[in-house]
Amino acid sequence: MTADASGFDAFIDALTAVFLVAGALMSLAAAIGLLRFPDLMSRMHAATKPQVLGLFLVLAAIGLQLRTWWVWPVLLVAWIFQLLTVPVSAHMVGRAGYRTKHLQKELLSTDELADVVRRAAAEEQAEQDARDAAGSKRP
Amino acid sequence: MKETILIVTAVILTLAAAGAIVRIAVGPSLLDRVLAADVLLAILGAALAIDMAMNRHLNNLMLLVALTLIGFIGSVTVARFVADRRPNPHDS
Repeated sequence: MTADASGFDAFIDALTAVFLVAGALMSLAAAIGLLRFPDLMSRMHAATKPQVLGLFLVLAAIGLQLRTWWVWPVLLVAWIFQLLTVPVSAHMVGRAGYRTKHLQKELLSTDELADVVRRAAAEEQAEQDARDAAGSKRP
Repeated sequence: MKETILIVTAVILTLAAAGAIVRIAVGPSLLDRVLAADVLLAILGAALAIDMAMNRHLNNLMLLVALTLIGFIGSVTVARFVADRRPNPHDS
C-alpha cells in the first residue's frame, strides 16, 4: 500500500471515530435533556436527537468503515425508515400529552392547537344544548 | 485507536442509558416513560450500529430496522390509549 493510500485510510478512520463519538454524544445529550427539562414537550425536543442525527452519524460511520458503495443505499433506507416513523410517533405522543395536559402552558411560545380545541368544545356544547332543548320539549 | 473509540462510546452510551432508565423510573406520567423508552431504544440502536462499524459487518442492520419498527408501534399504541381521566375534558 502506498503512503498516500494509508494516509487516506487514517483520515477515514479518524472521521469514523469523530462520527461515532458524536453519535454517542447525541444519546448522552438526549438523556441529559430527559433528566433536566421541565415538561413533556421540551423532553420530546431532546429525545429526537439520537433518533435522527445520532442514527445518521453512526450509520455514516458504518458506511465509511465498510468502504463499499453498495452499503450506502441500504443504510439510507434504514435512516429514511427512521425518519418516516419518528415524526408520526412524536406527533401522537405530543398530541396525547396536550390532551392530557402534560405541559406547562407558560413555557409555550405559541399554541396553535388551543383554537382548534376551543372550537371543537364550542361545537360539542352547541350539540349538547340542542339535544337538551329537544329532550325538554318532548315530555 | 479502535479500543479507545469502543471504550469512549461505551462509557457515553452507558451514562445515557442510565439517564433514560432513571427517567423511566421516576417519570411523572406514562408519556414521559414512553418517551424515555424510545430514547433507550435509540441508544440500543446506536450501540448496535457502533458494533457494526467497528467490526465491519452488517449483521445487525435488519435488527436495527426492526427495533425502529417496534419503537414506533409501541409509542403509537400507548399514545393512542392514554385516556383523559378528568370529568370534563374541555376545561382548562
